[in-house]
Amino acid sequence: MRKFLLTILFLLAALPLRAQSFEELLLQLPEGSYSDRAAVAAAIAATGDDRAAGVLEVLAEGNLHILKSDGSIVEIRDVNGDDIAFSALDGTEVGEIGRGDTDKIKVNNGLRRDLRALLGSMSLLNADPNKRAEAAQAVFKDGDPGQIELLDSAIAAETEAWVADLMQEARAVAVLNSDMDTEAKLAAVKVLADRGDQDAKGVLSQFANDEALALPIATALSQIERTQQLWQVGQNVWYGLSLGSVLLLAAIGLAITFGVMGVINMAHGELVMLGAYSTFFVQELIRNNAAWLFDYSLLIAAPVAFLVAGSVGIGIERGIVRHLYGRPLETLLATWGVSLILQQTVRSIFGPNNREVGNPEWMSGAFELGGLTITYGRMWILIFALVVFAGLMLLLKKTAMGLQMRAVTQNREMAANMGIRTGRVDALTFGLGAGIAGLAGVALSQIDNVSPNLGQSYIVDSFMVVVFGGAGNLWGALAGAFSLGVANKFLEPFTGAVLGKILVLVFIILFIQKRPRGLFALKGRAVEA
Amino acid sequence: MMNPKKLALGLGLTASLMATTALSQETIKVGILHSLSGTMAISETTLKDVMLMLIEEQNKKGGINGMMLEPVVVDPASDWPLFAEKARELIEGEGVDVVFGCWTSVSRKSVLPVFEELNSILFYPVQYEGEESQRNVFYTGAAPNQQAIPAVDYLMNEEGVERWVLAGTDYVYPRTTNKILEAYLMSKGVSADDIMINYTPFGHSDWQTIVSDIKAFGSEGLKTAVVSTINGDANVPFYKELANQGIDAADIPVVAFSVGEEELAGLDTGPLVGHLAAWNYFMSVDSPENDEFIETWQAFIGDEDRVTNDPMEAHYIGFNMWVKAVEAAGTTDADAVIDALIGVSVPNLTGGYSSMGANHHITKPVLVGEIQDDGQFDVVWETTGLVLGDEWSDYLPESAKLISDWRAPLSCGNFNVETGECGGSAE
Repeated sequence: MRKFLLTILFLLAALPLRAQSFEELLLQLPEGSYSDRAAVAAAIAATGDDRAAGVLEVLAEGNLHILKSDGSIVEIRDVNGDDIAFSALDGTEVGEIGRGDTDKIKVNNGLRRDLRALLGSMSLLNADPNKRAEAAQAVFKDGDPGQIELLDSAIAAETEAWVADLMQEARAVAVLNSDMDTEAKLAAVKVLADRGDQDAKGVLSQFANDEALALPIATALSQIERTQQLWQVGQNVWYGLSLGSVLLLAAIGLAITFGVMGVINMAHGELVMLGAYSTFFVQELIRNNAAWLFDYSLLIAAPVAFLVAGSVGIGIERGIVRHLYGRPLETLLATWGVSLILQQTVRSIFGPNNREVGNPEWMSGAFELGGLTITYGRMWILIFALVVFAGLMLLLKKTAMGLQMRAVTQNREMAANMGIRTGRVDALTFGLGAGIAGLAGVALSQIDNVSPNLGQSYIVDSFMVVVFGGAGNLWGALAGAFSLGVANKFLEPFTGAVLGKILVLVFIILFIQKRPRGLFALKGRAVEA
Repeated sequence: MMNPKKLALGLGLTASLMATTALSQETIKVGILHSLSGTMAISETTLKDVMLMLIEEQNKKGGINGMMLEPVVVDPASDWPLFAEKARELIEGEGVDVVFGCWTSVSRKSVLPVFEELNSILFYPVQYEGEESQRNVFYTGAAPNQQAIPAVDYLMNEEGVERWVLAGTDYVYPRTTNKILEAYLMSKGVSADDIMINYTPFGHSDWQTIVSDIKAFGSEGLKTAVVSTINGDANVPFYKELANQGIDAADIPVVAFSVGEEELAGLDTGPLVGHLAAWNYFMSVDSPENDEFIETWQAFIGDEDRVTNDPMEAHYIGFNMWVKAVEAAGTTDADAVIDALIGVSVPNLTGGYSSMGANHHITKPVLVGEIQDDGQFDVVWETTGLVLGDEWSDYLPESAKLISDWRAPLSCGNFNVETGECGGSAE
């Protein structure tokens, strides 16, 4: 009996985790369920040990492992492609490890959320203001009333006004969750109403049923919704422009081959795909040989893609298309065959699977502009599309080659009589269109699959833009791409993506009935030629 | 009068023809009906390779009942009507005894009449929408109750999700699955306001609006999750947009039913850590069978980085079941093998045994995994036992009353328990 009691006492003594040291707690991490692990993590945070934040961060990233040989806890870091284990206690290097030497200490979403909140409260007093802001965001999402005191002291010590605001907002959420008096809560509602974004709306709507707060919350919510509706319009315009820029990139090469030369090139999409694969190839080379260049990989890939797609384009023109000028149906069938050949070739070389094309740092993430969320990737693609368009315009209008191109397409015999080698100009024009398709591939590799099917999804859209904008006119392609993009994005919230796309197609068919030559019809003799 | 030269030639031809016939009697032909070109090649080529590997391994063990296996590969080129033609070619022209094939539901539907008419056997390895049970088909992929419903249960119970976005590509699998899920969620007390259903076309690449809608839908104060039946190709841009707009798995998790190791191979998974997938197998599963399978696969394909995935495991199970049934029946005759298959039990790759049910579906464990930054899934939850595929969903009123049992004396794929008649239609 006494032994039994002793055991109970012993167990009770072991229960309060707080009493244990950092080292002991660390060893308990791998045991039990996710919620046990969350409790141990909280205890680790409570030890106040200097190493606690570091270890929890590694845990949240999923890099904390247990070494099978001696049961010690290690952090695994990738050092030049090798997995090296470092002791979680003192950071000393344990050595290289292979598959099966360690067991990962698993984290799931719930645990990751808890860890983020813990790390947030631990770094509220960090020296780096950005870290403090991040911490305030984490505490905001957690909303634990236990953090009010800590937040108060952090706010008192805060020197940056914008970080202090974030902390005030985090405190407001905690206050709403606490059992403080109505006055404090009303103040908190006001703080959140001033924040006025989706997150604030989310928090406020949780308390909309609280009698004392119902009225101010309802006012705040309708206020937030009104401003968000306004921003929504701007957001749709941005999405439309961004979709338009993708359409423009895909179509602009076609605007030259189809629009200017009159060749129906069904392999256009595959030229785009070749551009995307060139990007993949360049990135692969850089990854293996010069990893530090990765951020510039797209800049290097652009000329490569232009040359690859361009030379394939010249090959198609010299090999097939030039024998079929003036026979649109045969051209269509022949280039469609070429597109299948190109697809299967790429499939045989690179395999049917998607290839990973990484986003460089400057193409990832988003920033807030007022109520707009603008992703960097899309922004750079829009800029890139406009630069390519401007470059092409300059080339056509200001260079000798551009002059020859226009001359040949407007009046072949006359141009030939003037001493222009029309065959060479044809090949170069087609190559230029193909090369620009390659450039489009570089941009599309950033937002879409890089697979042999990439081109297929863009060929219809490209023709749509060129036909709608008016064949033979680059400005038409520009206007066509952006108006279709914006129209699509304004339709989508009401009709859904599927119906939206159908409606746009129907609209174009009707439009073409009315204006067969598209938005910007060419006038004059050139048209009839 | 026949000239002697021609006669000799004719004789030679006949002899060589007889030789091939004699040879083909020695082997058992296994048809492989997977697209090697076109849109679906991305997923199906791997399955062709895994079948070739399984057949090669079986031949190393001496074939079946002393006879070697001979694979016959055709390419239906992601063209649905062509699937039916190629199936006919395999069964009638090549005389195969069994076919492993199809990926999309529409390709399966297109070959069904052929298999029925010519009385052959098809093993279908992909997760599908259910609402079907055919005598000549064995479904080794997951039915909705082996994937979608447990995944939703996990989110509801473990993550406390109360608001649901059901996002899918616009075709039969997502539509039926979402219909079942919607009925299931409603039965759990989720109000219609808390369910958002969204369909997108195949290969949809501009996800900006939908992702920002999901973000807005998720900021109403209730924990929100996305249940994704988005088809393979559209997933990469979808996940890229999620990552770019900063939707974190800890805030709004996405659980997918069509995203596996192969699909993730085309993605930088760093920003996707924590998003979920529900399958019956993950490459990361720690079992001796799985280690051996991965090793054999990577050696066969000659690439140490090649991944394995769920439909590959389904073929592994299906193939071994068929081998066992043929061994038991002592013949490759379709009727005998179809009867012998029911009740066959073989090891799966997750450390247990899968067996073939009377409804031609199999028992499997259900696993929920989180995406890791190395492109693999970590299992965070699994069912305690095995789950048998439920062909007619219990959550749709029109199919709840149907059952399937291909054993004599019932021998019916859609027996209506209310009217007591076979052939009660689900429509």
